[in-house]
This record gives sequence, structure tokens and C-alpha cells, in this order.
Amino acid sequence: MKTLVYIDHFKGDVQPSSWEALGLAKSFGTAVALVFGSGVDEVAKAAVEYGADEVLVADDAALADYRAETYASTLSALASSQSPELILFPTTTRTREMAAMAAVDLNTGVLTDLMGLEANGDSFVATRPIYEGKLMEKTVCAGKPVMATIRGRAFPKPEREEGKSGTITKVAAAGEAKSTVEGYSASEGAVNLGDAGVIVSGGRGVSNNPALTPPAGMDEKDAEIWRAQQGFALITELATLLGGAVGASRAAVDGGYIPYAHQVGQTGKVVAPDLYIAAGISGAIQHLVGMRNAKVIVAINKDADAPIFKQARYGVVGDLFVFVPALTAALKKKLGK
Amino acid sequence: MKIVACIKQVPDSEAKVTASDGQVSWGDAPLVINPFDEYAVEGALQQKEAAGGTVTALCIGPESAKEALKHALAMGADEAILVSDPALENLDTVGAAKILAAAIKKIGDADMVIFGRQTLDNGAGLTPPQTARLLGYPMLGLAGSIKVEGGAVTVERVLEEGRQIMKANLPAVLSVVQSIGEPRYPSFMGIRKASKAAIPVWSLGDLGESAPTTVVSRTELITPPSDTREIEIITGETPEEIADKLADKIIAEKVL
Ligand SMILES: Cc1cc2nc3c(=O)[nH]c(=O)nc-3n(C[C@H](O)[C@H](O)[C@H](O)COP(=O)(O)OP(=O)(O)OC[C@H]3O[C@@H](n4cnc5c(N)ncnc54)[C@H](O)[C@@H]3O)c2cc1C
Ligand SMILES: Nc1ncnc2c1ncn2[C@@H]1O[C@H](COP(=O)(O)O)[C@@H](O)[C@H]1O
Repeated sequence: MKTLVYIDHFKGDVQPSSWEALGLAKSFGTAVALVFGSGVDEVAKAAVEYGADEVLVADDAALADYRAETYASTLSALASSQSPELILFPTTTRTREMAAMAAVDLNTGVLTDLMGLEANGDSFVATRPIYEGKLMEKTVCAGKPVMATIRGRAFPKPEREEGKSGTITKVAAAGEAKSTVEGYSASEGAVNLGDAGVIVSGGRGVSNNPALTPPAGMDEKDAEIWRAQQGFALITELATLLGGAVGASRAAVDGGYIPYAHQVGQTGKVVAPDLYIAAGISGAIQHLVGMRNAKVIVAINKDADAPIFKQARYGVVGDLFVFVPALTAALKKKLGK
Repeated sequence: MKIVACIKQVPDSEAKVTASDGQVSWGDAPLVINPFDEYAVEGALQQKEAAGGTVTALCIGPESAKEALKHALAMGADEAILVSDPALENLDTVGAAKILAAAIKKIGDADMVIFGRQTLDNGAGLTPPQTARLLGYPMLGLAGSIKVEGGAVTVERVLEEGRQIMKANLPAVLSVVQSIGEPRYPSFMGIRKASKAAIPVWSLGDLGESAPTTVVSRTELITPPSDTREIEIITGETPEEIADKLADKIIAEKVL
């Protein structure tokens, strides 16, 4: 069985669940990694070290910036020449698009956001959430190859063998881009909620500390955002201590406290970390559908009746401005950091 | 500018969705416009306001999906079209994209086709790029803002790594995310207009298409284990004491 595994990266920074996809491919047989971009030797080497049997690299100035059309066409061309049974991807904003388009070219289909994938004769049965995780389905793809994007942290990550050598082959880029990249707004930084093992999230409650006096001359809205930033600083400190990411409720995003990329929930990211700490979040259904698959949920909220407590494993009823720093201090001591 | 907004009808997100006899059931919860597609309609209306033109809401679904189209009309869309055919029951995303592409061609002269990010029920997010591929239009996905100037569209895409600014010539396919702005509420006038609107229904025959072959299909529905959890509220004399106990609990869970 031969599987192509698309290694998704942004300017050389690999989405860690790409390696999980590679590990899954190895469990079915031969795994051929695909690396697209410009100047991506390091990514190709990493793919070898994570266990790829072979790496095909489309290294081309035309692929320097991700564009749906060129990436999809390059993928379709490789799928045609390699004839794999399966093409695996981590689930990211890029892979959904390029897989979707390549499936049109190849007359097949894409199974997205998989939590399970089993070989069944020469085909596959996938398990994936539907209706915002209220139900799951088993689903199959009758086309060839089967294309599938896996959910981050749903499959084991293979060990990396530093310095391992392997076959890296150059292949050609294909297709014509239909758009130009004008730039990036850098301020937001990478937010990889999908791959985070720990997420500490803040909600509207992070702006609720009347004791904080904002600098003079701020209007009410700016003062609220200023307060929220003090709150998120506490949250970030805890997240950083635990090597985790910072999440947010929609109320926090809509309030202008933090960029949208941090939003967890129905219209944000769906996440499944080992530990999710929700501070100042009430637990509306649209937030819960985004995080209820976390292994352990801790809720910190002033209101003992907040619905988030129905979903949590541990709860603290109290002010996050007091408890978040106290928890950070306690964990710092106990973890010897 | 002629804008088409593609919308789907789905069970309300507050609905309790269950599996019974291998079928999905949402009890008597209402069917609504897919929440992400409300942003698509909002984005389309913003562009119409900026540049003039018309907004056509397009939906594939059963007769009942007219209600979702009426919501789009009430928000301010100029016209609505339902594609409905008994042969379209088991559409996968490529199938939906083929039918949408055919309907968009029949509508004709679209400058911009706007999608939601994904559906609530299927949640694949595949249909927009697949429609773009079939139409041969550029794909600008996950736009948080849209600006049209001189026959080209510039969007700010919201990605894991931040915002990417991308530009393409019209006609183009876009999908939008929440940053586009809150969907407006239907006005009283809008609701009245929508309730009277006649919504044309196109069949496969009207589109000159045959039913697409289903490639991706469901073989089993699974009810996830119920997630009523036993919560432990940590209490103590001082915040430090509570924090200390909670830290021990978290460490004992071996999740760090
Ligand atoms: C179509 C649609 C999509 C949506 N998508 C999402 C989504 O993706 N993600 C999402 O999160 N929401 C989403 N929502 C919004 C959702 O319904 C809620 O409005 C939102 O989650 C509320 O955010 P919150 O809990 O931060 O704010 P609130 O509900 O206002 O809760 C704030 C909480 O903070 C507590 N608090 C206040 N001060 C303190 C303090 N000092 N210390 C401790 N606790 C304190 C309060 O007791 C309260 O429980 C969506 C809604 C709709 C209609
Ligand atoms: N039946 C449909 N009718 C109209 N638009 C649809 C339909 N299904 C999907 N779409 C559009 O495609 C987007 C993505 O759908 P999906 O690929 O199913 O997640 C939705 O947000 C809609 O904009």
C-alpha cells in the first residue's frame, strides 16, 4: 500500500500534525512525503527523519507563497504519476483547499478532519465528527486515490531519528496561480490551537477587573480593552509556563481583546488538547462545541451557575484575576520551573 | 457588480442532534440558514453597498430550504434561487460544487461568488474551492475583509499564522469568516418583502445536468459517548490553597 503524505508548512514551519499523518501512512505501508515550496530542504530532511520512505520535493519560486491553484495542480500531477491508494494531509486552512481542488481534478473525494482511519481491503473507513461533534460518522470514499485530512493530535506522532538519511527526489511544480500574495500582516504571530497540548482560554471575564486603573485619557472602550489585555497577560503567562497556546471566546474576540485566530468554538477553531483551562468564559453551546473533546477541562468563573461548570472536570468559583496568577505560581513551584 | 452568495439550510446549532434508526434527527428544532453562510450574505451585501449591483442567494436543498433563502432576502439580497431535485439527496461536496457551478453559469455574469467557511452539519469546507476549480475562477478562501477596485478583489485571509493579503482578478470565488462583520438583522421591510417573494426552483433538467455520482458516503452513524462529567469544585480557605490543590489535581491527570 502506498500513501502520499503532504507535509504542510508555513515558510518552513511544519504543522506538527503532518508528522502524525506520516506515522499513520507508515502503519499502512509505504509513505512518500510531499514537500512544496521554495528553499524547503530542511523540511524535506525532517520528513526523512520522521520516517518517510521517500520524499518528493517541488522546490520552485512559483510555490514560494501558497496559492490554491498551483499547490492543487502540483498535487494532482504527483497523484497521477505516483498512483497511491491514499493521500494524507494534516487538517489546515491550506490543505482543505488544495485537497478539495485536487479531488476535482482526480475525480475522487476528500474525507476531512478524521479522528480515525482504518484500512479495509484496498479501501478505507474513516471516522469523523459531524454536526459540530454532536454525532460521529463512518464514511468511505469510492474514488481513487482516497484523500483524507486528519485532525491534529488524533493519531500518534512518530519518533524523530536525527541525522537519518533517505531518498529526496526533486519533482516539478505544475499549474498556474490565479492570485498574487500582496503581503502578510505580521502582528498576530502563529496561533496553532489545533496542535496545542494545553490551551488556556479567556472570555469576556478577562476585562472585568474594576480594581485596575487604566492610564488617564482613555475612553470607556479603550479602558475595557486595556483591562482585558492585563487579563490576557495573566492567561498568556500560564499558557507559556505549560508550553501551551492562548485561546479565547467569541465575546473576547468581538470585544477587540484578542485577534480572531485565537477563537475557539463553532465559528472559530475546534480543538482537543489534553488540558483546556477556561477563565472568565460562561460556556455557551457555541463555545462548548469547540472544546468539549479536551481530555481535562478546568473552569475558572465567578459565577457558580455558569454552564461551563457542567462540562468541566475541575472548577474554581472565583475571580480569574486572583486565581490565574495563583495557579501559575503553584504550578511553577510544583513543576520546578 | 453581480454577486452570488451560496447558502445551505441546517439544523439550528442549539438543537439536540441524535441518531435514530441510522438517520440524523434534530427533533422539532428549527432549520436555519447555516450560520457561516449568514456571513457570506453579509459580505455580499457589504460589497453591493460599496460598488452597487445585485446579490443573488443560491441554495441546493429541499423545498423547505426556501426559508433559508427568505432569510437572505430579508437581510437584503435581491433575489433567491433554489435548486431542488429528488435526485440530489445524497450529494457529496464535489456533487454540490458541480450543481452550484452549473447554477452560477445559468445565473450568468457573476463577478463574485461568496461562500461560508463550512457547513455546520458536514463541516467539510470543501465546496467553495471545488466550485472555484470547476468554474476556473481564482479561490480566495477564509476572507476576513474584502475590497474591490478596478476589476480586482483584495482580501485579508485569516490563517493559522496570521493574515495573508491576496489579490485576484474578478470573477472570483471567496469564502468568508466571522471577521467580515456581524450579519445584519433582517429589517421589518425586508421580512415583508421576503415573505412575498416568489423563489424560482430549478431542477436538474433546468440546469441541463444529470445527478452527480456520489463518491463520498456515510456508512454508519455513531452517537458519541455522553459527556456528562463529574465535576469537582475545588475549595479552600485562601486562593493560594485552592490553587495548590488544583495544581496537584492537574499534575495527577498527567496531561502536562
Ligand atoms: C452563530 C454563532 C456562532 C458563535 N460562535 C462562537 C464561537 O465560535 N466561540 C465562542 O466562544 N462563542 C461563539 N458564539 C457566542 C456564544 O454564544 C457566546 O456569546 C460567547 O461564547 C460568550 O463568550 P464569554 O463566555 O466569554 O462571555 P459571557 O457569556 O459574557 O461570559 C463571561 C463569563 O465571565 C465570568 N466572569 C466575569 N468576570 C470574571 C472574573 N473577574 N473572573 C472570573 N470570571 C468572570 C462571568 O461569570 C461569565 O460567566 C457564537 C454565537 C452565535 C450566535
Ligand atoms: N446545498 C448547498 N447549497 C448552497 N450552498 C452550499 C450547499 N452546501 C454547501 N454550500 C456552500 O459551501 C460552503 C461549504 O460547505 P461544506 O463544504 O459542506 O462545508 C457552505 O458554507 C455554503 O456556502
